[in-house]
Amino acid sequence: MNAAAARQPAPGAVRATRTRAQREEAAWAVLDTVPDPEVPALSLRDLGVVRDVLTRDDEGGVGVLEVVLTPTYSGCPATEVIARSVAAALEEEGLGPVKVTQRLAPAWTTDWMSESGRRKLREYGIAPPEHLEPTGTDGRSRGAPGDAVPARPIRLRLRPVACPRCGSAETERLSAFGSTACKALHRCLACREPFEHFKPI
Amino acid sequence: MQPASSLRSIAPEGASPGRRDPGVEASVRHGTAESIRLNLTPPVRYVLRLADTALIHAQRLGEWCGHGPVIEEDIALTNMALDYVGQARALLTHAARLEGQGFDEDQLAFLRDEGQFLNLTLAEQPMRKASAHSPGGDFADTMLRNFLLAAWFQLFWQKLAGSSDAELAAIAGKALKEARYHLRHAGDWVVRLGDGTDESARRLGSALERAWPYTNEMFARDAVDAEAEASGLGPARDSLAADWQREVAAVFAEAGLSLPPPTPFVSTGTLGRHSEHMGFILAEMQSLQRMYPGGRW
Repeated sequence: MNAAAARQPAPGAVRATRTRAQREEAAWAVLDTVPDPEVPALSLRDLGVVRDVLTRDDEGGVGVLEVVLTPTYSGCPATEVIARSVAAALEEEGLGPVKVTQRLAPAWTTDWMSESGRRKLREYGIAPPEHLEPTGTDGRSRGAPGDAVPARPIRLRLRPVACPRCGSAETERLSAFGSTACKALHRCLACREPFEHFKPI
Repeated sequence: MQPASSLRSIAPEGASPGRRDPGVEASVRHGTAESIRLNLTPPVRYVLRLADTALIHAQRLGEWCGHGPVIEEDIALTNMALDYVGQARALLTHAARLEGQGFDEDQLAFLRDEGQFLNLTLAEQPMRKASAHSPGGDFADTMLRNFLLAAWFQLFWQKLAGSSDAELAAIAGKALKEARYHLRHAGDWVVRLGDGTDESARRLGSALERAWPYTNEMFARDAVDAEAEASGLGPARDSLAADWQREVAAVFAEAGLSLPPPTPFVSTGTLGRHSEHMGFILAEMQSLQRMYPGGRW
């Protein structure tokens, strides 16, 4: 080994001092700082789209850090941006090599959004999604969350969504679809402010 | 000058799909993309029927962009279009995998000819031009069609979620959640229009008259359905008929509409034989990739 190579640690030398568990834990912490591109108040971890972080063996011995993501909506244009920002953030923190994979099933549900995510949403001015299903010990919803939703028109049967600004339950829905696929548009009748609601799905 | 050489100047040699001239941006390279031809086995047909119905319906919904009667509906219609595009992308990718020649979702969407599109004929019908103030068409046509299709898709996804094909089951499980929002939204509008003013009820009724003959195809059964049912790939269309009628009739009752009597006509989009409107949709949808093969932006 020549002198230059001795000064410059080989790629992976620093990482090799970490255990797998430490590296994965560090990755989760980084993912808690990567914002959702469309609702930047939320981190990707808050959003519940990170399903798994694990180490895959490769020939180099360092192991590839695999991040398993689940998309929110089928047509969400942020899906590809999210995958790129995850890889970039982890590599920047020296946790690479990183591989981002997609898992479709079980389908993403807002029940996977963290409590801190719900609080951040409310502080940001977006009403958080209601819980759909009691959650099992495996973290998965029991049954398909959508199954409980009736197909009947719902204009008279909507449960009120509390205003994220003044807390009033006197609100009305203006439209089931908002500025992004995941949100609906509401208005508070008490403070008169319009607000968005993160739809439970 | 020979016609051939003037043609060549528009479509330079080497402008085939995917090939790039190092000095020229692919995005400004003019050419003509050749059509691809799929090997349409029964399972490929089965997936394409769903994929193409979602894709063409999305294209029609997208025509409302900038033309919605109010901004909330403009946003809602394009949101739904986006969901359908997303579902179509996943299904087209899967169809390409099953087909096996190594094509991708973009090639399937942009480089197939009309006869290889297998969407329901209903999805390709134009929105009726109502007036100069609604250049996108009649809102009642759109909402009614959206309702009829959303009810069909929801039932399809429910059953497809139990598919023996894990990828198809996963796509369906996800799409089901989206379909429920589409169905509620469209159902809500069917009631509002049907139970609204005389004018809105009249226009909804005439939208139903136009759409109804095309609904038979949603429940037709052929060898592709039979094979999918037998292999556990997914439901045969006819198995959805009773639930769909019940769903639709319940909302119609609230809207003051009744189910029209059955008609004998069965449209044939799922067999690749389309109405006269299909070519125009494809011309618009495919023009960019046809003129600038492999173009990216």
